[in-house]
Amino acid sequence: MFDDFFIRALFAGIGIAFVTGPLGCFVVWRRLSYFGDTLAHSALLGVTMAYTLDLNIAISVFLISSIIALLLIQLQKRTNLPGDALLGLLAHSSLAVGLVVVGFLTFIRFDIMGLLFGDILAVTTDDLFVIWTGGALILIVLKLIWKPLLASTVNYELAEAEGLNPDRAKAIFTILMAAVIAISIKMVGLLLITGMLIIPAAMARNISDSPQKMVLFSIIGGLLSVILGLYSSLEFNTSSGPSIIAAALILFILSLFKIKQSIKLKN
Amino acid sequence: MNSNNNILVKLNNAGFRQSEKWLVEGVSLTIEKGKIVTLIGPNGSGKSTTAKIALGIYKNIEGSVEKYTTKVGYVPQKISIDWTLPIRVYDFMLLTETIEDSAIDEALSLTGVIHLKNKNLGSLSGGEFQRVLIARAISKKPELLVLDEPVQGVDYTGEIALYELIKKISDTLNCGILLISHDLHMVMTATDHVICLNGHVCCSGSPLDVAKNNEYKALFGEKASQILTTYEHKHDHVHSDKGEIKKN
Repeated sequence: MFDDFFIRALFAGIGIAFVTGPLGCFVVWRRLSYFGDTLAHSALLGVTMAYTLDLNIAISVFLISSIIALLLIQLQKRTNLPGDALLGLLAHSSLAVGLVVVGFLTFIRFDIMGLLFGDILAVTTDDLFVIWTGGALILIVLKLIWKPLLASTVNYELAEAEGLNPDRAKAIFTILMAAVIAISIKMVGLLLITGMLIIPAAMARNISDSPQKMVLFSIIGGLLSVILGLYSSLEFNTSSGPSIIAAALILFILSLFKIKQSIKLKN
Repeated sequence: MNSNNNILVKLNNAGFRQSEKWLVEGVSLTIEKGKIVTLIGPNGSGKSTTAKIALGIYKNIEGSVEKYTTKVGYVPQKISIDWTLPIRVYDFMLLTETIEDSAIDEALSLTGVIHLKNKNLGSLSGGEFQRVLIARAISKKPELLVLDEPVQGVDYTGEIALYELIKKISDTLNCGILLISHDLHMVMTATDHVICLNGHVCCSGSPLDVAKNNEYKALFGEKASQILTTYEHKHDHVHSDKGEIKKN
């Protein structure tokens, strides 16, 4: 019943959901959604670099996103501009530069729509390998820094005072963000990756009362979104990215009816 | 008594400057096992800053800090928790160290909040949250306990019980405590060493010495001095956290 490409896409999506679930929770907790956006926008530069230098797309995107993250940290230290202005500066200029470079690469046929919104047809067996090994690595590292990262998310000074080295955890987490964008760009597209990080996590927030539960529900929400989204993408011939995100949105809306009284935001 | 292995933290002429303004300077102090050192002083006198220097939260400091322990429990003065993170009291207890359930229950019972164990942190009142903070800091059986106004927002009877608990903990765990407190009664009854800050160390010594010090009188007034000097009587009872009186 399934064409081969669909099975590949499904497995790629499942692999991605396992990683975006827990990372997305930290994105929501630490208010990093615009940071995720910035890294994702810069991914276009990574893709063009991959084509010009004939590199693996995931590796190239990972390198460029990491550089952008480092640039951001430097700019934050050296300028007086607020964080969101710096993020906007980097996001839009790297997207613009990426698109300009695409214009010069006339010798390659570029599927811009696929890059922006994801293309399930594009997932190869090599991509699957990158997603699953890369994803496993990301999860292992996240598990290792879980305690300091969570503690510093709750309270930085507490984590620092009790010897957990929150700065190191934060730096490692930034690299993990670049990595998750690198492995999911083909599938979800660079405009929608942040949605894959945030929406299942936001859905999970509505129905969880502990960090661990939120991570678990976020993963489950991501998996359901991928499965529902990909099937409807096949059914209605839509891009894979928007279909997955739309499915995640539906789950989020359903979760609104489930907010428990006891865990509502206190205000 | 002053053998070196008892020293947990030592500040040598330490100070911290933020954008050209000294928050505190020239502080030297030593915290030893089983001793309580209390910082007193007016608002903005650098008490919390001194605690953060001792904890290693501030890095670019003047002078030096020697730290001989990594087992630290910290109750910060201000803690703002972002409620986008769903977290129960139980999860909070495990935040910086994995400890056994029995130790969690014991600490929560000691501070009188065991019934809140599965409550969401965001649903607690200020005083309840403060008790949870203290429970979290002591549950990991630290060698060094830094308490920055630990009983703020706690009701009066609870305050006394918690201070007695703090004194007990310093005895049973033999841990060193750096306490920041406005409660001069507490300073008198339980503290081994008082340091009076006002941007710098204005005087220090045993509670009685400090009370007689003229700079202390200038800073806190004659009345505060009387509180300390007249407080030399023994308690014949203790207060439980429920406020009941128990004869010794």
